[in-house]
Amino acid sequence: MKGFNMIHQYKLNGYNIVLDIFSGSVHLVDEVAYDIIAMFKSHSFEEITKKISKKHSVSEAEIAECLEDIKELEKSGKLFSEDTFKEIAKNYRRENIAVKALCLHVAHICNLNCSYCFASQGKYHGDRAIMSLETGKRAIDFLIENSQNHKNLDVDFFGGEPLMNWDVVKEIVAYAREQEKIHNKNIRFTLTTNGVLLDDEVIEFCNREMHNVVLSLDGRKEVHDRFRKDYNGAGSYDKILPNFKKFVEKRGNKSYYMRGTFTHHNTDFLTDILHMADMGFTELSMEPVVCPPGDPCALTEEDLPTLFDQYEKLAIEMIKRKKAGNGFTFYHYMIDLTGGPCIYKRVAGCGSGTEYMAVTPWGELFPCHQFVGNDEYSMGNIYDGVTNTALRDKFASCNAYTRPDCENCWAKLYCAGGCSANAFNATGDIKGVYKYGCELFKKRIECALMMKIALNEE
Amino acid sequence: MKRIVTLETRDLNKSVKTGGCGECQTSCQSACKTSCGVANQACEKESK
Repeated sequence: MKGFNMIHQYKLNGYNIVLDIFSGSVHLVDEVAYDIIAMFKSHSFEEITKKISKKHSVSEAEIAECLEDIKELEKSGKLFSEDTFKEIAKNYRRENIAVKALCLHVAHICNLNCSYCFASQGKYHGDRAIMSLETGKRAIDFLIENSQNHKNLDVDFFGGEPLMNWDVVKEIVAYAREQEKIHNKNIRFTLTTNGVLLDDEVIEFCNREMHNVVLSLDGRKEVHDRFRKDYNGAGSYDKILPNFKKFVEKRGNKSYYMRGTFTHHNTDFLTDILHMADMGFTELSMEPVVCPPGDPCALTEEDLPTLFDQYEKLAIEMIKRKKAGNGFTFYHYMIDLTGGPCIYKRVAGCGSGTEYMAVTPWGELFPCHQFVGNDEYSMGNIYDGVTNTALRDKFASCNAYTRPDCENCWAKLYCAGGCSANAFNATGDIKGVYKYGCELFKKRIECALMMKIALNEE
Repeated sequence: MKRIVTLETRDLNKSVKTGGCGECQTSCQSACKTSCGVANQACEKESK
């Protein structure tokens, strides 16, 4: 049916919302316009007039006026826009093979023993290891050598727990700062930490050098301590919370995220987000757990309605708090409608295995941090470069149009085709679809757009 | 328009001509690390 795949209509929090998928336009409409738009491409104007007159108390003249408005929006490219982006998606990664982001696994060790960790307590199903300074420096060289003319480059210190190799982190940063000047690059660092070793010296360094810092906190003490324990089995909440508070206090306006993971055991994760917000943390992220189906903490089909409800309630609460002057940010509800990503970013996939790769402590390259430890996904190393070019080509071909399931999905320009690691974990193929994740993703985008409308009304 | 309010948004069709510089942050390099969302990424082209 023509028009069917061009728009997405939904009702949320009392708003009737129409998204024009391929122009990115967002419309707030009343009940009459909502019903007319739903029939616009599949019914004649006479049929629409008849049906609308029967359902709503509006005159034929009013219906005709609304039909004219819709025609005008269509003409101006804001409604029923055609999809013309498939070729862009196909070619972009093929033509752009520069590397611009590395996730440095500086420590395959951790001082916590979280049973839900996708990295198997930081070891990635392998041996404990830490990155040497020599390897770290070579990784920076590899990044710069392969970055072509890109100026902005990203480096993430990841683990395990990167603070367990802190001296090397600092020296890699110092080396990168020298090199970026020589090569006219702008390297932005991110550190992801569990907070155990977050002391004054680390805080001071991070506030000077780290563009972003990701702090792992799952929410309420009992939720956090269920999984995030030390090797003696003691929960880490009481140890890390003062460190996080001190860090955020000194962070000023620089970027950070308090990032939690929710599981089957806390499907009421809104309480955990609000727990963080009520402690004064304002930059928040909460992710569904990544684990094999059947694991006790895995999210289930039965959990979905609860999770949808939590996301909706979160959006409504955020609107309320924003209006009251004590708002907070939720990573997945951040959408910049006017200054956000261009179409290339929206269709070209996440960049794993192409512009983004993970580097192990011994310098081996993987498509992303979630593939580390899976030998079939080894891409090469920072000394010889990407040698498994067939694998790179496979990742380069992942985009918003690769998967048949995405063909009719209204959200594909918001996820760019989704996470290849999630697809692999769910189906055994990076070109599969993690349907459960898609359902959550779509709900989050619906909530985020609704929030834009609600706050736009102010 | 009486029944339709249109929010101001970046025109994706127009961005075919103006976009694609690739200077924006790589999608996973921020807060998630376990999913992919591109809508929350800021455009970093110097002249849009």
